[in-house]
Amino acid sequence: MEKWECEVCGYIYDPAEGDSSAGIKPGTPFEELPDDWVCPDCGVGKEEFTKLD
Amino acid sequence: MDPVLLKEGIYWVGAVDWDMRYFHGPVLGTHRGTTYNSYLIVDEKITLVDTVYTPFAGEMLERIRKIVDPSRIDYIVINHVEVDHSGALPEVMKLAPQAKIFCSAKGKAGLLKHYYGDWDYQVVETGTTLSLGKRSLSFIEAPMLHWPDSMFTYLPEEALLMPNDAFGQHLASAFRFDDQVDNRIIMEEAARYYANILYPLSRLVLKKLEEVKAMNIPIAMIAPSHGVIWRQNPGQIIEAYQRWASGEWFPKAVVVYDTMWGSTAAMARAIVEGIVSEDVDTRLFKISVRDINSIITELLEARLLVVGSPTINRGYLSVLSPFLDDLAGLKPVNRLGAAFGSYGWSKGAVKAIEAKLEAAGLTLAGEGLEILWVPDSGELESCREWGRALARKVKAEL
Repeated sequence: MEKWECEVCGYIYDPAEGDSSAGIKPGTPFEELPDDWVCPDCGVGKEEFTKLD
Repeated sequence: MDPVLLKEGIYWVGAVDWDMRYFHGPVLGTHRGTTYNSYLIVDEKITLVDTVYTPFAGEMLERIRKIVDPSRIDYIVINHVEVDHSGALPEVMKLAPQAKIFCSAKGKAGLLKHYYGDWDYQVVETGTTLSLGKRSLSFIEAPMLHWPDSMFTYLPEEALLMPNDAFGQHLASAFRFDDQVDNRIIMEEAARYYANILYPLSRLVLKKLEEVKAMNIPIAMIAPSHGVIWRQNPGQIIEAYQRWASGEWFPKAVVVYDTMWGSTAAMARAIVEGIVSEDVDTRLFKISVRDINSIITELLEARLLVVGSPTINRGYLSVLSPFLDDLAGLKPVNRLGAAFGSYGWSKGAVKAIEAKLEAAGLTLAGEGLEILWVPDSGELESCREWGRALARKVKAEL
């Protein structure tokens, strides 16, 4: 599963880890994050993320 | 200075800092000082919106005392955790320990990690409303404009927006409103503020402007946390932000350079002659004697940035590094770049500058220009021609 990076602050969403601060379970792909999920570090929306190669 | 009335029962109780010359540590030159604007709303609930920088706590409290006893403050809104706005919070909380603090979730986390206060926090989100009695507040989260905790506070009954740092200016002045201060100076400082702080967040600025527009809320007055309050023409600064964030430009060039023994300086002057001969306005900055923030501000409306250095140790003069580093962080929107310089044996400065310009998101407008040792008259003419070609590129896009 691909990692995604927040272009505003550099946070990397790793599906293997999920995001416990928002109740996102490990194993959740980025695409399946809820629409209102925001970057846990800086608060911007999913649309500010780009897929890492 | 007495408190200043914005609307019935709403007062400016902030502080004017005539002496502030460097902000954010040493990196942002505030050559006209600044103000820290906090606002007191007297209603059934006495509410303070933002505070001031720590050393000005006493001054703010004196101003509040002229209106009410600070111990009577019921609510404190913290739009932004940065110390120039929250620094006086511990002093206020000593006098009004019962006050509830309204802030974003990130704001609460930030305040806890700044002041370690056991205070009554109420986390708010976009759409949360708070009745003060006759009037009310609503909140709009604005993450990364310019910190994760940032938010705007809106008072619908007066169509008053208190957006904290957004739409601010580092400008100390005797008067508090936009119609009382030279508009050209206000806009210069608003531009300097935008270019040196908000530039890299331009995409978020555009989205937030759209979001606020879509909310369809009237805005009669904008009271930011620095500089003058926009009461005569709040539309002016909203339009400017729209323009700056979308990368609009004028046919203008900025040439930045430094020199060892004068060759790159001679090239710079010839290049400027070339650009100007095509009627493209140009600013020339010798970096070692100029202020980086002013250069960045010029870039806010210029299309083209030209950077020059002789080659030393296979790279550029280190005096250019702070500027090029700043540029990489600020990522100017939609700009062209080009590099030039003299060299003796090995080259390297032009390539290294070009790499920095590209890393900052600029598009290279053409091949770099390099000249061996001291330019002769023919080579100076080629500098002029190089400048003319760059200027024509700028004009071709008009």
